[in-house]
Amino acid sequence: MTTMTTMRELHTRLKHLFPLGELSEQRPDLAFVTVPAEFLRPSLLHLRDREGYTHLVLLTAVDWLEEGRFQLTYLLSKRTLGQDIGLRVMIPRDGATMASAHDIWPTAATYQRELREMFGIDFPGSPRVDEDFILEGWIDIPPYRRDFDTLKYAQENYSQRPGRETRDPATHMQQQLYPDGRQG
Amino acid sequence: MSMKPELMKRMVKGPDGVEFEVEPLRDYYCEAPPTVMPAAYSKIVEDLFNWARSESIWILGFGTGCGAIEMRPLMTPRFDAYRYGIQWRPTPRQANLFVISGYLSTKTLKRAIRSYEQMQNPKYVIGLGSCTINGGMYWDSYNTIKRLDDYLPVDLYITGCMPRPEALLAGFQDMKKLIRAGKGEGANQYAENFAWYKANQKRVIHDWDMPDYNW
Repeated sequence: MTTMTTMRELHTRLKHLFPLGELSEQRPDLAFVTVPAEFLRPSLLHLRDREGYTHLVLLTAVDWLEEGRFQLTYLLSKRTLGQDIGLRVMIPRDGATMASAHDIWPTAATYQRELREMFGIDFPGSPRVDEDFILEGWIDIPPYRRDFDTLKYAQENYSQRPGRETRDPATHMQQQLYPDGRQG
Repeated sequence: MSMKPELMKRMVKGPDGVEFEVEPLRDYYCEAPPTVMPAAYSKIVEDLFNWARSESIWILGFGTGCGAIEMRPLMTPRFDAYRYGIQWRPTPRQANLFVISGYLSTKTLKRAIRSYEQMQNPKYVIGLGSCTINGGMYWDSYNTIKRLDDYLPVDLYITGCMPRPEALLAGFQDMKKLIRAGKGEGANQYAENFAWYKANQKRVIHDWDMPDYNW
């Protein structure tokens, strides 16, 4: 359980520097902590340069539609101890903008392009962030936003072949295996 | 949506310092839409042609979606499609059969159309798997087409998710029968209904930045 204490120790050390939220430990070697948006870049730099979290594993977003917020998760890894820490940042959903981290980790630019396209979160100054990334000529709201109705979009934009039917697998197999109606 | 910058009319300075005008749409592409290729002057000659076509099916090595994985066992000794006179070619100019091997995102559809139009007549299209037929498991996806025959003239569908290589081999045999019977008329169908196909294609490809006919 030495690693667990290390994560807690790290959290205690960081708390003196930044107004962090509670540490939520998922595994002995994986923990998450919430950071205010304006303290994200200082904490990323501190973790990279002082604490040995040199690797950005991923940068991803969660759409909390009901709360009107996006959650950005920066997952950092310390290779020497095999420990990961996730920094969570909550930003408002309307006009979502976040400071770019491409100068801290160049790989962040790719994640940020993806988030710009799929969630509509802007990262001003990030390289090629306004160019098409995966989609080409997208005309609707960003498709990973939860208020985007993918079925409705598919029905309106693509012609369907008639005759497609969907069955509930449980009921269908029941009828196939026990046609006399007894319960299997 | 505007054309790609490299397709715009522009002045180019050559390596010898001479400036000249380049208009890629006229210089690199054929402006004329595809035309119907008439059958040979006599039925017996056309039958001979069709027999030859059916026995030299050259597939364009373009994999879209997960079905492309079926091509490797097919072209290697396990299933060995070469024994049926079927082989894979690296460029559209050398191929006459286009196997759409699974789901097509609109982004890939654009490339598939370009490749199809660059193939020589007569040419055939096989749709592989449920995704090409009715969208398959991507029935509610925001970026895959749901029926391939709206965009390219499909001669034959092979059902399954995914079809096994044996199903493909059977499909190729059926394709041969179609060609030999003179029913592999996809390219002519495409030429006859060119406006309809273009309208369908442009309805889903929102950033149409290529010539209307990529020949």
